[in-house]
Amino acid sequence: MATYHLNVNGQHREVTVDPSTPLLWVLREDLKMTGTKFGCGISACGACTVHVGGVATRSCVVPVSHVGDRPIVTIEGIGQDAVGRAVQDAWVEQDVVQCGYCQSGQIMAAVALLKHTPKPTDKNIEESMGGNICRCGTYPRIREAIKSAAAQIK
Amino acid sequence: MRTRSAEQELNRRGFLRVSFAAAGGLFISLHLDRRASAQEGVSASQAPPAKTGYPPDAFVNIRPDGKIVIQVNRLEFGQGVQTALPMVLADEMDADWSNVIGELAPAADVYKDPLFGIQIVGGSGSIAHSYQQYRELGAKTRAMLVAAAADRWGTTPDQCRTEASVVHGPGGKSATYAELASDAARKPIPATVRLKNPTEFRLVGKRTKRLDSRPKCDGSLKFGLDLDLPGMKVAVIAHPPVFGARVKSVNDTEARAIEGVRDVFEIQLVKGSGVAVVADKFWPAKQARSRLKIEWDATGLEAADSSELWTRYKQLSRTPGKVALNQGDEKALERIPEPNRILAEYEFPYLPHSPMEPLNTTVRFDGDRAEVWAGSQFQTVDQMAVAEVLGLEPQRVTFHTEMAGGGFGRRAVADSHVQREAATIAKRLRGTPVKLVWTREDDVQGGYYRPMHFHRVEVGIGPDGFPAAWRHMIVGQSITADTPFVNFTTKNGVDSTMTEGTADTHYKIPNLHVSVHHPKVNVPVLWWRSVGHTHSAFVMETLIDELARRAKMDPIAYRRKLLKPEAGKLHRTLELLEKASADWRNRLPKGHALGVSCHESFGTGVACAVDVSIENKRPSIHRATVAVDCGVAVNPLSVESQFQAGVTFGMSQLMAKGGVTLKNGMVEQRNFDGYTPPYIVDAPVTVDVHIVPSTEAPTGCGEPPVPVISPAVVNALARLTGKRYRSLPLVSI
Repeated sequence: MATYHLNVNGQHREVTVDPSTPLLWVLREDLKMTGTKFGCGISACGACTVHVGGVATRSCVVPVSHVGDRPIVTIEGIGQDAVGRAVQDAWVEQDVVQCGYCQSGQIMAAVALLKHTPKPTDKNIEESMGGNICRCGTYPRIREAIKSAAAQIK
Repeated sequence: MRTRSAEQELNRRGFLRVSFAAAGGLFISLHLDRRASAQEGVSASQAPPAKTGYPPDAFVNIRPDGKIVIQVNRLEFGQGVQTALPMVLADEMDADWSNVIGELAPAADVYKDPLFGIQIVGGSGSIAHSYQQYRELGAKTRAMLVAAAADRWGTTPDQCRTEASVVHGPGGKSATYAELASDAARKPIPATVRLKNPTEFRLVGKRTKRLDSRPKCDGSLKFGLDLDLPGMKVAVIAHPPVFGARVKSVNDTEARAIEGVRDVFEIQLVKGSGVAVVADKFWPAKQARSRLKIEWDATGLEAADSSELWTRYKQLSRTPGKVALNQGDEKALERIPEPNRILAEYEFPYLPHSPMEPLNTTVRFDGDRAEVWAGSQFQTVDQMAVAEVLGLEPQRVTFHTEMAGGGFGRRAVADSHVQREAATIAKRLRGTPVKLVWTREDDVQGGYYRPMHFHRVEVGIGPDGFPAAWRHMIVGQSITADTPFVNFTTKNGVDSTMTEGTADTHYKIPNLHVSVHHPKVNVPVLWWRSVGHTHSAFVMETLIDELARRAKMDPIAYRRKLLKPEAGKLHRTLELLEKASADWRNRLPKGHALGVSCHESFGTGVACAVDVSIENKRPSIHRATVAVDCGVAVNPLSVESQFQAGVTFGMSQLMAKGGVTLKNGMVEQRNFDGYTPPYIVDAPVTVDVHIVPSTEAPTGCGEPPVPVISPAVVNALARLTGKRYRSLPLVSI
């Protein structure tokens, strides 16, 4: 066990856990932030996507000991960001979700995309969102919502 | 006319009960007669529990703050029923939609499917079976509110009208539903009630956004896996590598050494045994499981092997089986000259459902009662299974329906194996809530797949280019054998969930012979979204397309000519498809091809056209146009979404790594690496959905999107390459 000082959604959080514990489980079980989802545990589905130091990251394979002082942003905090809020609003406006389980990860991936590429092409969308599985298959609406958010962001 | 007879039926079978909520307000519930449903779905031994010991059974609660809470008698797992059923009720009730809340009902008699007699999401029946029920509930609630207002104002109900949760009376009088709720609860429940004429609908038929969108977009919505209870432990199980194997010996020294691990023990499973690990949290539980050293005993168990199964299935397909349909002259085929015959053999692999939220169930056992939290499609069955494990009467088991991250059939399992496992652990840890988590590896390797199927079809083509004789053999495990549903699905040894879409085809085929073999294989199988139609539509629609090409006819025109005149829904969808795709269908760029299919399932007609090219040796779907006839589209926005997304689910079986295979009894894939469902690049870029206007009773939209897409795509590929694709998954083009 070791103690880690994390910056999560702008707040200082302290946890004492086994160093191998993936960030995903620290968020979900120690910090009780369950918006970040467990889908596969091998970084193959994207349900656990968070931002670490501004980079979209699969939290299921990042041990908490590797996070350091890089700020972590999760689905619970992304709405404080202008791009994040625009993406969430576009998702609601486009009625994207079905079961909704993957959508935290989809939204986090989409925000990361729009921060680097404010006007993404279909190709950009396929590349950035290419590792996020939506088993319901809401992909066409995800595309539309990303384009709609892009149009809203000044 | 239909409305009235359905209403009479509801009155015959049920009665309404009124009670006060603890917090005030009106509860209305409709109790269905158990006798009416006894013949359907479950056997007598699985008869529903007596209705005692539950909180007030209710569908509508008008809260003092004006919020109207509507109980949804279904699991919400993406299909949109948590929005659509409240729309139906709120419309007849004239409730203010902005104040409506949909809640998932717990397990209770009152929430059973009016047709199936158990609480279930299945057969795409959530709207189809509860539309009338929710309309009646809304209309009766409204009538009682109006009666209360009329009393208050010394007038008659016919002098009152309702709008947006307000009753308006003569002389400008008005009262809100919240103000009237207590008085209304004392009013008798009307025996009959006038339902709205469809032209009076304010919500039904209007594109309405989901009620659960925002909490699913900000991380606040709690799924079953997100449940956190004081003192809760987390459990995982090491399941046997061969289905049904037992633990011979286990060395758990290293596992127990992990901090946070509380218990390690051998656990009896539905078949065989495993080793359960209970820990304070998920990560130590999973770490500990990976450190178990287990020797397994698979003595006497079949070591299923996919390549051997294909050989066996293929051989079986050439031997006489159980007859599902013998229509016309069985010998007609032999009289058709060889050049006018097609022999087609198809292979379909085992398919996992892999809902994004891994399977899980939480149970707390307190000795004389228990509580369960599960995203279940099968509350009645799962509740009884937990009760059986714990030695309780079912009514002592409170069963909460949790929001589920997908399911596609995987959360409706006749043997309730996940719930039984969770209950077994909870029994040992009496008083402590335990959340059992199936990891993705457990899910991919854990069985309960869409069965493997082998189809062997011989078609004799008549001089007009249409099929004159059709001999169709299907080999595959019965999904319902060894379950209480077998009597419901299986006649003369034929499980109709395997022959649906073939034996009941809407095409005119004068001499049609369909038969089956149901081999026993040591792999648990299950219904997978759209069940038999997953493979039957693929076979029918690729063959019909092949026949259309041989006849040099347009694929839509050919189908319309071959369909029976009474197949109204398919005719209408093809007609609509023809119009809706006119702009692009015959003007495709070089290297692109059109693929068409149509199929009716669960009472809903669907036709589909796709624009496909080949990129990086995979099908690239630039566009899909879908036409749907589902009767009244309660929420057209939701119907559109189901079809836009559901076609991608249907692409699963075309994924190169979309199937599960076995070697020496063990599943060869582990997770989303060896097995992959569709990603964004595999989905159509856009899907435009067109709904046939209708006043017919609503039919399902959960499963019907799935069957049409894979044959349509493969039909397009056939145009591009000249090859026919009969072996899935689609490993190469």
